[in-house]
Amino acid sequence: MKILVCISNVPDTTSKINFTADNKSFDKNGVQYVINPWDEYALTRAIELKEAKGGAVTVLNVGEADTEPNIRKALAIGADDAIRVNAHPKDAYFVAQQIAAIAKENSYDIILMGKESIDYNGFQVHNMVGELLSIPAITPAFKLDMLDDTTVRLEREIEGGKEIVEVKIPFVASAQQPMSEPRIPNMRGIMTARTKPLKVVEPVSAEAKTSIAAYSKPEKKGGVKMIDPENAGELITLLRNEAKVL
Amino acid sequence: MSVLVFVEGLNGEIKNSSLEAASYGSQVASTLGTTATAVAIGDINETALAKLGEQGISKVLFDADTRLKQFVAEAYVAVIAAAAQKENAKVLVFSNTGIGATVGSKLAVRLNGSLATNVTALPETESGAFTVTRSVFSGKAFANVELSSDIKIIAVKKNAIDINNNSGNTATVENFSASLADADFAVAPKETVMQDTEGGILLPEAERVVSGGRGLKGPENWHLVEDLAKALGAATACSKPVSDLDWRPHYEHVGQTGITISPNLYIAIGISGAIQHLAGVNSSKVIVVINKDPEAPFFKAADYGIVGDAFEIIPKLIEAAKALDK
Repeated sequence: MKILVCISNVPDTTSKINFTADNKSFDKNGVQYVINPWDEYALTRAIELKEAKGGAVTVLNVGEADTEPNIRKALAIGADDAIRVNAHPKDAYFVAQQIAAIAKENSYDIILMGKESIDYNGFQVHNMVGELLSIPAITPAFKLDMLDDTTVRLEREIEGGKEIVEVKIPFVASAQQPMSEPRIPNMRGIMTARTKPLKVVEPVSAEAKTSIAAYSKPEKKGGVKMIDPENAGELITLLRNEAKVL
Repeated sequence: MSVLVFVEGLNGEIKNSSLEAASYGSQVASTLGTTATAVAIGDINETALAKLGEQGISKVLFDADTRLKQFVAEAYVAVIAAAAQKENAKVLVFSNTGIGATVGSKLAVRLNGSLATNVTALPETESGAFTVTRSVFSGKAFANVELSSDIKIIAVKKNAIDINNNSGNTATVENFSASLADADFAVAPKETVMQDTEGGILLPEAERVVSGGRGLKGPENWHLVEDLAKALGAATACSKPVSDLDWRPHYEHVGQTGITISPNLYIAIGISGAIQHLAGVNSSKVIVVINKDPEAPFFKAADYGIVGDAFEIIPKLIEAAKALDK
């Protein structure tokens, strides 16, 4: 089983989000980058499948050289090799085309990634990759099991319930909790990751179809109004008459 | 040219999130000097479709193919692409649901369009560029995004747009069918399991949500959350630790790695307000926090707060809610 796991390099959840003075770019100053948490579910599940059935897990990131520490981390967690497409990820369509180009070259059985990145929250790339490669995209999946060498059973979250889908390889799936329990790299993993192959390739020519003109931040809340617990019922009156939400 | 809106059904009616998308689409259409057509698929009653006139929709293309009662991505994409072609649609509007964002992403590739999901405001077109505002960084910021392709595809975030109500206006409903191949149904779901929503409200569609955290001490106390939700006409939700402990099912978990919601009212009980939790709920219009710890970080993000024992406070809230005139 050859599995490709696409990871995105994102600001840590606890990061303060700031923009440059002209509001045109994200301010990277002092921001710690991590593997996108949703991608970690995909990565760990891929490694579990490899451990159970054999095969190889390749990690792919579309990003500039500063993403390499997190690519090495994915190798330390247990991926076998990695590819970095040396480009700024301009938009979802641009990234999807890079992933599709790598996939066409290497014919993976399964392509996995998180359901969205926690920075741009697009929920787009997996479906676009499926469409570009004309293979099914099962998304968002929270359970993925091999039924035999070519058939996979997935459970997919839908509003108000779940769907069970059986699909033949090759396919794309996006992951969400609780597909797997993300792992922390151990010392041996960190040592071996240093020598695992990390190939850097140049992007294929692809057009971005969206561009960010400016960023802004939500208005600050007016502050919290505290209510005496003895008169807790007062809350309901305020919600109706003042906040007008009841 | 026209604006095409995809509307989703739920138990034969149209989802509120789709009424918002229809209102968005008709406002875009009037800005562009054209009309808005809706496309509906599957099991939706025709009276509900005609009522889309109230949201400003002039015509509905309705594909009632019984094979489309459940969502099958490829088949839905084929129907909507055919509708877009028939209407010469330059702007396609979806609600930002799993279905809307999935179909939108596939159509962006197939129709060579520009796509923005999680959109929170009507487009700006005055400068000549077509830009929309979308929520980014898990609700901590907005981005103004230019859609540069000829075809623009927009998925509208829940509860960001008011529903138009031009009472009495009706839309004409036309039967519509696209030619579908067996291959379009190759990845149909084998089985669909719906959660028990008896008397309950679907969480992503809910206008009000009551959510419980570890402060409730155990699943045996959840009747308090459920009773308050019932009294307020709200859906129930929970924090990640609660779903990790299996006190509540995963589909109720709101937060960074759960689902993201943006109701009018979010009441958090016994949830400290970790940043991962806030990421899932910070677009809620009004946030109420009830916690016995006055230092709980959630109070900083709240509009109303009560410091105290949930087991004493919730019954008082239920009593006050029941006393409201409906």
